[in-house]
Amino acid sequence: MADCGPIGRSARRSKARTLAFGRGRFADDLRFPGLRHAAFVRSPHAHARILDIAAPARPGVRVVTGREIAGICAPWRGTADHLPGLVSPPQYPLAVDRAAWQGEPVAAVVAGSRAAAEDAAEDVRVDYEPLSAAVGKERALGRGAPPAHPDLGGNLCFETVRAGGNADAALARAARVAARTFTFARQTGVPLEPRCVVADFDPGARRLTVYGTHQSPWQQQDSLALLLGLPEHAVRVIVPDIGGGFGVKLHVYGDEIAVAALAMLLGRPVKYAADRMDSFLGDIHARDQTVHAEIGIDAEGRLSGVRVDALTSVGAYCAYRRPAVSEGLMTVTMAAAPYAHDDYAGRLRVVFQNKPPSGMYRGVGQPIACAVVEQLLDWAAHAAGIDPLEIRRRNYHRADAYPLKTPSGLAVSRLSLAACLDRLVAMMDYDSLRRRQAAQRADGVLLGIGVATFIEMTAVGPVYYGPAGARVSTQDGATVRLEPSGVVRCVTSAIELGQGTLTGIAQIVAARLGVRVEDVAVEGGDTAATPYGGGAWASRGLTIAGEAAWRAADALAANLLDLAGAVLQAERESLLLAAGGVCDRATGRRRMSLADLAGVGHFRQDSLPPGVQPELAATRHYVPDAAPFALANGVQASLVEVDPETGAVRPLKHWAVEDCGRIVNPLLVEEQIRGGIVQGIGGALYEECCHDAEGQMLNATLADYLVPLAAGMPDIAVGHVETPTEGTRLGTKGAGEAGTVGAGPAVMLAVNDALRPTRARVDRWPITPETVLAALAEAGGAREIRGLAKTGAGVE
Amino acid sequence: MDEFIDITTRINGETVTRRVEARQHLVDFLRLELGLTGSHLGCEHGVCGACTLRVDGVIVRGCLMLAAQADGAEVWTIEGVSDSGEIADLQEAFIDRNALQCGYCTPGMLLTAQEMLAQGHRMSRAEIREFLSGNYCRCTGYHAIVDAVETVMERRFGG
Repeated sequence: MADCGPIGRSARRSKARTLAFGRGRFADDLRFPGLRHAAFVRSPHAHARILDIAAPARPGVRVVTGREIAGICAPWRGTADHLPGLVSPPQYPLAVDRAAWQGEPVAAVVAGSRAAAEDAAEDVRVDYEPLSAAVGKERALGRGAPPAHPDLGGNLCFETVRAGGNADAALARAARVAARTFTFARQTGVPLEPRCVVADFDPGARRLTVYGTHQSPWQQQDSLALLLGLPEHAVRVIVPDIGGGFGVKLHVYGDEIAVAALAMLLGRPVKYAADRMDSFLGDIHARDQTVHAEIGIDAEGRLSGVRVDALTSVGAYCAYRRPAVSEGLMTVTMAAAPYAHDDYAGRLRVVFQNKPPSGMYRGVGQPIACAVVEQLLDWAAHAAGIDPLEIRRRNYHRADAYPLKTPSGLAVSRLSLAACLDRLVAMMDYDSLRRRQAAQRADGVLLGIGVATFIEMTAVGPVYYGPAGARVSTQDGATVRLEPSGVVRCVTSAIELGQGTLTGIAQIVAARLGVRVEDVAVEGGDTAATPYGGGAWASRGLTIAGEAAWRAADALAANLLDLAGAVLQAERESLLLAAGGVCDRATGRRRMSLADLAGVGHFRQDSLPPGVQPELAATRHYVPDAAPFALANGVQASLVEVDPETGAVRPLKHWAVEDCGRIVNPLLVEEQIRGGIVQGIGGALYEECCHDAEGQMLNATLADYLVPLAAGMPDIAVGHVETPTEGTRLGTKGAGEAGTVGAGPAVMLAVNDALRPTRARVDRWPITPETVLAALAEAGGAREIRGLAKTGAGVE
Repeated sequence: MDEFIDITTRINGETVTRRVEARQHLVDFLRLELGLTGSHLGCEHGVCGACTLRVDGVIVRGCLMLAAQADGAEVWTIEGVSDSGEIADLQEAFIDRNALQCGYCTPGMLLTAQEMLAQGHRMSRAEIREFLSGNYCRCTGYHAIVDAVETVMERRFGG
């Protein structure tokens, strides 16, 4: 990789300047002539038959029912070709005859302003016949459980096993077995900007342009064309600035599809901006797993059998295009994957519930896979008298074992686990922290240290969505062109939600063309204007779209040297691009600037020898081909204090060492890691969508659903190990989810480490004060803790 | 719902006279009537701080104040403090430290940070964190924001 100057530097994001001056353009900021505004009437019942919908006539207001929308929009089904056992009933944009979750849209109201539409929505009278709701996951599979969908014949959505070797036998011969049933609450992503969509339909030309908060505009274009019966090139999806996504904005939402249908029905542009309650009831939820896990270790502390039995929920429907069974599939596939073991038994059962549909949220099942195994390893290590770091070192895959396949079927490329752990231990000064912990324990202060090893599946190629028949592209593309003044424009299919992907692409293009980063402009987010691609999910931006941009820039460089050779009457091989110009390869002497070359290529073709066609742009696509995905890895550590009187957990400090391959921009990578860590801590300590026995969400406001605030969060130290991916030019891996995958597990391990003298154990997320107090009470009560701590007793 | 109130208010240093719907929130008025879209709606129930504005020298939730209540008031938004250069150093520190990702919380976060800096003295990281805890950020994890504010404190009030 020659000319890699800008790669590896902490270039600033040009977009940050726009946003910091309040000049971002988010979907709700957009104005259109004749714009109408939609609000949705949402079911107040978790499960109900819709008997009648009536609305008083109001001037300027149009009420549209689910049945009317169904007249112009086909339903969809969240099944997947490669998972033949997966069932999911047809889902309509708005409920038809029956609502299957509290918050499912039932009717749309269109008026001249959002306030008028919301007023009119309150006047819509819906006659419901409430039905019994399937609510608890465990109960949903029991005999006589109320069905989430009466016609489905049961609440089981999907069931599978991922197994290799003989886990029963390995566990039976293990020297010790650690086992526990863990509960991970239902949570949601809470991007600060609620979903918003504007659909503009031109009835004359029958063309639909949709502006919206979508992480994959191509998926949205394909969905809209198929569901609304429009030719694909008559649908254009434009993504303005997006206020966070984290997976929430990756899905096909009935309300968003309905807005496009309404624009077609009315022949007017229609906007829908969700409010926060719409978001809590309408956005995808995630996690919601109960996992029974067991690990065995032999006398040396090496794994002898792993069992993971996960029960998860997809809510009312399995998500279209992005089957939500992935949450559990990732859990049973990724569990224990950092560690050498031969005998694994994973089982997954996924149920329907009358709750909001769940889907892909940052980390997708991987935080849970990490949490259960890391916690059991800690407990097993302590029971066996082995240092918790030592048991990990003993079990990491050997350096000469790669590539390998785990018994769960996961292809594992080269990892750097031991190097990451060594780096982390040095960064956090582990030994002195342990001394501090012991000293403070003697004073009755419960400090805990948790160290969790994680792997993160990033930049997933076509192996999953392809066989699923999901019509989701895992390819990305870029066009790079030289503008007449010698600056460079890159148009990419990457989608930017704040990660800085476009800046990373600018660095990559600048590196290959030998120009300054500020001389490269990168644009994206318009399905009519950029190469076709995938978008933003699975930590794929730089690894896939960045690789495509490198290859496009590489092709453009060849074109430019062809042209320069013709202009300079030199052999192409004797030239290279550097420092904003064309130079002699041998001497480094500058022969002409890119501006001069571009001037000839764009305006003075008359001066070129006959037959020379200046080709000042190049397009390339890239889809991962060397491996099914890029496996990133790392280790995180958490230091917490637990207050045994109140049950409060206070994270004091957090450390992460991660390996996302070659780092294009350390500043952006580190902030991805930090942001991901805090979301992970949120899931471990605060976040839960609480429902009552009737399926009513009890905390659908930001005042009641807790997310991390600045005051509760620790400073976070980040370190790196770089193991470039094999088979790509850049060698990058994803970094967007690593923080989230490892943070919650590290915090849980730290809490349990703090509680060790009390013998209390927490096994439920979020680890609320109530959770801690309940665990303490079960272990003998908070009153005894101080005594235990002071005598130093209780260490297993 | 058809009640209207005439207001005269100073927005970013300019006098604005309008007839507003009695129930309209100040932030909706700014966004919808004046095109000042830098203030954002995150929750519309006074929790997240994305709609933070400065009214008569104090930061407020733009979604919890009615436009009618701004009659006679002095209102500053992110657009105004950007144009005046008042927070230029803070903005540069945020950009330099990558203390914003999606940028949706940033205008409100900057106005809150500027109010903290207006107190005129340095604070500990814990105090900075406490002060910022009325503004949600879902992307950064806050660490970089605290760094950026700390940097500006050092520059304004000396190391």
